[in-house]
Amino acid sequence: MRSPLRPIGEAFWSVRWPLAALALLLAFNAAFTPGFFALEVRDGRLFGVLVDILNHGSRVAIVALGMTLVIATGGVDLSVGAVVAISGAVAATLVAQHGAPWPLAMGAALAVSLIAGVWNGVLVTVMRLQPIVATLILMVAGRGVAQLITDGLIITFESPPLAYLGNGSLLGLPVPVAMLAGAFVAFGLVSRRTTLGLFIESIGDNPPAARLAGVPDRLVVLLVYAVCGLCAGAAGLIDCSYIKAADANNAGQLLELDAILAVVLGGTSLAGGRFLLFGSVIGAMIMQTLTKTLYMQNVSADIAPAPKAIAVILVCLLQSPVVRERVRRMRGGGGA
Amino acid sequence: MESQAAPEPQSSSAAPRGAGVAPVLLAASGVSKRFGPVRALDRVDFGLRAGEIRALMGENGAGKSTLIKCMTGVYAPDAGEVRYQGRAASVGSPREAEALGVSTVYQEVNLIPHMTVAENICLGREPRRRWLGGCIRWRRVREKADAALGRLGVDVDPGREVASCSIAVQQLVAIARALDVNARVLILDEPTSSLDRDEVARLFGVMRHLRSQGLGIVFVTHFLEQVYAVSDSVTVLRDGTLVGTLPIAEVPRRRLVGMMVGREVEDHRPSADANAPGGPPRAEILRAEGLAKRGMLESVSLRVEAGETVGLAGLLGSGRTETARLLFGAARCDGGRLRIAGRDVRLRSPRAAIAHGIALTPENRRTEGVVPHLSVRENIALAVQARRGLRATLSGEESRRLAERYVAMLRIKTSSIETPVGQLSGGNQQKVLLARWLATEPRLLMLDEPTRGIDVAAKSEILRTIDELRQRGMSILFISSELEEVVRVCSRVVVLRDRRSIAELEGGELSEAAILNAIAEHQPANGRPGGGDA
Ligand SMILES: Nc1ncnc2c1ncn2[C@@H]1O[C@H](COP(=O)(O)OP(=O)(O)OP(=O)(O)O)[C@@H](O)[C@H]1O
Ligand SMILES: [Mg+2]
Repeated sequence: MRSPLRPIGEAFWSVRWPLAALALLLAFNAAFTPGFFALEVRDGRLFGVLVDILNHGSRVAIVALGMTLVIATGGVDLSVGAVVAISGAVAATLVAQHGAPWPLAMGAALAVSLIAGVWNGVLVTVMRLQPIVATLILMVAGRGVAQLITDGLIITFESPPLAYLGNGSLLGLPVPVAMLAGAFVAFGLVSRRTTLGLFIESIGDNPPAARLAGVPDRLVVLLVYAVCGLCAGAAGLIDCSYIKAADANNAGQLLELDAILAVVLGGTSLAGGRFLLFGSVIGAMIMQTLTKTLYMQNVSADIAPAPKAIAVILVCLLQSPVVRERVRRMRGGGGA
Repeated sequence: MESQAAPEPQSSSAAPRGAGVAPVLLAASGVSKRFGPVRALDRVDFGLRAGEIRALMGENGAGKSTLIKCMTGVYAPDAGEVRYQGRAASVGSPREAEALGVSTVYQEVNLIPHMTVAENICLGREPRRRWLGGCIRWRRVREKADAALGRLGVDVDPGREVASCSIAVQQLVAIARALDVNARVLILDEPTSSLDRDEVARLFGVMRHLRSQGLGIVFVTHFLEQVYAVSDSVTVLRDGTLVGTLPIAEVPRRRLVGMMVGREVEDHRPSADANAPGGPPRAEILRAEGLAKRGMLESVSLRVEAGETVGLAGLLGSGRTETARLLFGAARCDGGRLRIAGRDVRLRSPRAAIAHGIALTPENRRTEGVVPHLSVRENIALAVQARRGLRATLSGEESRRLAERYVAMLRIKTSSIETPVGQLSGGNQQKVLLARWLATEPRLLMLDEPTRGIDVAAKSEILRTIDELRQRGMSILFISSELEEVVRVCSRVVVLRDRRSIAELEGGELSEAAILNAIAEHQPANGRPGGGDA
């Protein structure tokens, strides 16, 4: 009998490198960034830099979870940023201009995001477009759709429930953290307790072999894009909730790249196959911590991408089997 | 044959065969290699002389491919030394080895699938113009490819995409590519595993010719008769250690097998009723009438009854693999009728075929079979899970038990069931595939070259397993380019030629000669067999 804790141990072991990178970053901040770890409790709720990182990191991490599955099938979804904009636009216009109740607004936003995901999935599975091309269509067109919905305006709204997503707290932590936790558990359960995880990995690793083994490849791929759309939709709700407004132009800008980077940092290969959900969450947190660190070190926003890129390259190198083999050999050679 | 790569002048003085004075071209001494807990090679010595054909033998997972990869710079050995023509060289990559005159065809054929045959043959050494910035001379590329293919007698259009060629043709293209280099040493890791006897004979002709020019050749195979037909000496590995190197004339067959396996092996003979025709009529599992698909198959008819083994025989490009693919729904037929268990069906996908209890182990295990980064356990459980659908998951415990059962039954050599399949030796990957489909307990199991790359002992074990399953009522459609094997395990053989079924042989009339006769008799009017696209 295996210990029930073993899978958890394995999960941590498989993301040891991203975790190490995150720990390194935090250690750097402990030494050089005053006030980084300061926490304070106000109105039964935590405040502080770390809480901020968790809050904003969760939004990216939710998208990264969906992206992880897409990447694991050997695809990629470039449209998540646009879907974030659409989702926010739908929710805000419904609440602000049509006086719709908040559950309807949120439900509609998520439904539209799901449809966007299915659209991507259909292009990939039925029309057989390459994922980059298929999702590029919505990436470009999606922002236009969002503009159409908002009539090109920034729609502000007054809806406490909708604003709660981005500004409220649950058990002392920001709501997005709870949403991420919920999504992570759901993803983990579905991918490990059903065969979905195995199917996704086999499709990403060797598509013809998976098909010949009877894996319902098209259904699985369609599902994965749909789920990714849904995740982007949820992130869109958080996004518009932060500012209590829908800004079709700027919401989710470059989010697709952040999400892809988070997945890669987390150790999932862009070539598809094995995926690490936990790694993607860590990856998103690394990105957010890095952003915050640079900000607090007064690195100007214009040059911040450069140190960010260096950090990303380092983490990727750390995970590359070639580099690790080299290091191992060098150590072995030195010892002998 | 005349267009052979010219040997360097010094080698013309090298005595052709068996002469002890020929210079050592390639030597390894004390080479060791570990992969984690697996000791793939343990202090192995190897030496190849000019004008020598050396067979490298051993069971699946004995370390043959690893030894080759250590000698050609794919892997860096943990210990030991590799010398080329007497000089120690630390070779960091296969490309460097090639520059030192070692040309290699690896076991898992490495071609670029979406490039043409000609491009693949010349890749990395395209003839270029001196001027115009070194543009590639495409006409020369084609000519070179034509010459290289002609040497092996391969009848394939050099402009064809490699991915659309059969695995046998791909194997020949890879060999042609290796021959195109001006090499002193040629290494072939299981080059003949999916070739017909004619192609094998031609390849051997080329190998003998190269030997007479003073090349040294290393040749891995699991076919004993090929070893005796072409090699001068044999090196045997077992479990990563060197058992010995001997002139082939000094090792009789039994001793050779004994050296490889370390114990006695009996040859599997199917049980008495396997070849017996007649008897009470059995339920019909599958019947195909005039099965066709444009550009793939013209007209194939066959039937399979419960508990019988039907063979598909024919030459390269005769449509054996295509028939299996159509029967499995991997391609959709556009003509003919297919009945499964008495009902007309149209198979739109492999899933549909699997739902009818049909299984197929494909010919090309690397591109269509194994999922390399998933574990042995996941690979074995994959088809069972796929058949059960998304929700009805096998528990971890169940899938472990399933995997362990088949690993033991087929003696799959792996350090654990959680090892990624890509790390297993070629023959063991093949066994994993077989396990995947046996685990689904199909009504009809279609095996396309199931013993490709499998060692002697394992082959007879697999044939025995298949026969046991058949006795328990499973039907088998058996495809193999080894006629001897087909005749041995099948009770009925459908002969294909030019993508049509042309004859059916059974019982007493079933023999290798009869199959070859049937193929020869149906010479098409224009007398050109096979067509350009094998
Ligand atoms: N890349 C790898 N990673 C881990 N283990 C490996 C790797 N390559 C080979 N091995 C292991 O090394 C051993 C020797 O493998 P090798 O491929 O050399 O066998 P082989 O003699 O060529 O067998 P076959 O006849 O099946 O091709 C096997 O146990 C295999 O599992
Ligand atoms: Mg091998």
